[in-house]
Amino acid sequence: MGASYRGGVLTRAVRPTDGRSRASLEDGDVALRGVGRVFTTGRGRRAKPIEALAGLTLRVHPGEVVAVVGPSGCGKTTLLELVCGLQAPDAGAVAAAPAVLMPQRDLLLPWMDALDNAGLARRVSGASREQARAAARPLFAAFGLGGFEDQRPAALSGGMRQRVAFLRTLLAGKPVLCLDEPFGALDALTRAEMQAWLAGALATEPRTTLLVTHDVEEALLLADRVAVLSPRPGRVVAELEVPAPRPRRATDPALVALREQAMEALWAG
Amino acid sequence: MGRLSAAAAVVVLLGAWELYARVGGIEELVLPAPSAIGAALWTDRGLLATNFLVTATEIAGGVALALVLGGTLAVALHVSRPLRGALYPLLVASQAIPIVILAPLLVIWLGFGVLPKLAIIALICFFPVVVTTLDGLRAVDPDQRKLLRTMDASRTALLRFVELPAAAPAALSGARIAVAVAVVGAVFAEYAGSSEGLGHLMLQAVPQLDTPRAWAAVVVLAAFAVALFTALGALERRLTHNAGGSP
Ligand SMILES: Nc1ncnc2c1ncn2[C@@H]1O[C@H](COP(=O)(O)OP(=O)(O)OP(=O)(O)O)[C@@H](O)[C@H]1O
Ligand SMILES: [Mg+2]
Repeated sequence: MGASYRGGVLTRAVRPTDGRSRASLEDGDVALRGVGRVFTTGRGRRAKPIEALAGLTLRVHPGEVVAVVGPSGCGKTTLLELVCGLQAPDAGAVAAAPAVLMPQRDLLLPWMDALDNAGLARRVSGASREQARAAARPLFAAFGLGGFEDQRPAALSGGMRQRVAFLRTLLAGKPVLCLDEPFGALDALTRAEMQAWLAGALATEPRTTLLVTHDVEEALLLADRVAVLSPRPGRVVAELEVPAPRPRRATDPALVALREQAMEALWAG
Repeated sequence: MGRLSAAAAVVVLLGAWELYARVGGIEELVLPAPSAIGAALWTDRGLLATNFLVTATEIAGGVALALVLGGTLAVALHVSRPLRGALYPLLVASQAIPIVILAPLLVIWLGFGVLPKLAIIALICFFPVVVTTLDGLRAVDPDQRKLLRTMDASRTALLRFVELPAAAPAALSGARIAVAVAVVGAVFAEYAGSSEGLGHLMLQAVPQLDTPRAWAAVVVLAAFAVALFTALGALERRLTHNAGGSP
């Protein structure tokens, strides 16, 4: 499938010449066409190529939330890093509006309080501490973190830390969010709570979102569309629209049916 | 409990020493009894205090200098791979030069004032500070760097907001490792040319056959080393305590 694209040009086109696609990129468009990515492990004669992605094609329209599910090690993190421009594809083309990464672990800076952590992107791009805190403060109140502004990450629960990490991602001001298993490390109860929270947050602050998870239910609760990846090398084996209205419940019969479909696609690989 | 047993160990040690000095047939000129040293501590307290202030200033200044210079060099080595390749072996080699050889040279270059002492102490502490700081800078999580890159952080911003704060405790632990040696370095520096300080006091006391006074100076120096070690450790813990807790 990916063969026809192999050797294709790399267009990390943040500023394409074509006027129409420029507009859509600035709105938060993401397009991966026949993307391949190969890592090399070992050196010299023991060098061995590891194909992480092969012939992966995926489109995320502006404002859309697309969940990516797939077995462990199938290249989900690699996919997000390609979209964020942290890696370049070895085959195919990646065109994406500016994207910010929310890594698998929260990576909050332990010496900063929650508000400073959330405003980190602002400070990094030159804002003063006061400006960054002022930008983060209203979001704390709006997203259930009121009263925790001055707490260090060590004093926050796992769910709280994940919220701060998400606000930090939002405050980077990029049109595209790449969330890498944001709730992977949380217990089931907190996880459910955080899924509802994220659904609410994305409803009030809509962004083009790529959500990586290996929890199909989470994908169906949050996304407009779910892309199922094959085992490594990853490619999209199924795309499922999730037409259900929000707020969603996992017990919704439509979601249950979709869940079956997604699981089948996962098993079939 | 730990403190109690430490105190007990000291008491036993002092007792054995006292016994050896009194009935062991050793000359007081060679090894004075703890009681004699205690007496010297008391009678020479004024002298010890004035000279202690001199030496303590040298040591504290030298350690601070090492932190600033060592930290700066570590950052330079961290951001520039060619510089690291060129200077790191040289830095390690420089550690093989005994301070005793360097001390007279520094006195010739920098005179008899406080400068050569600062230089010697800074030289002693410099290397561990560079090594631990560099390790601290490099230990920053690669994912953290990726996150900052997607925020369009510049190299300077990455250093300022992530790498430097992460490496600060490591720099202090480097200084802490060096403190005890720095105290010996201060004595050497004063031997090499000085008219004040505890090292100078020792140098004077020995030919004057006042060994208890020399030992009293050693006791003061040792206590200072312990205090500085503890203070740096506390500062380091403060910084890492703020950093602690999250995985
Ligand atoms: N820098 C690298 N060097 C070598 N191999 C790599 C590198 N990054 C990823 N890989 C390999 O590529 C494959 C895909 O990795 P990736 O981290 O994208 O998977 P993932 O789907 O995110 O996995 P998980 O579900 O465990 O997070 C894995 O087999 C991994 O070992
Ligand atoms: Mg991953």
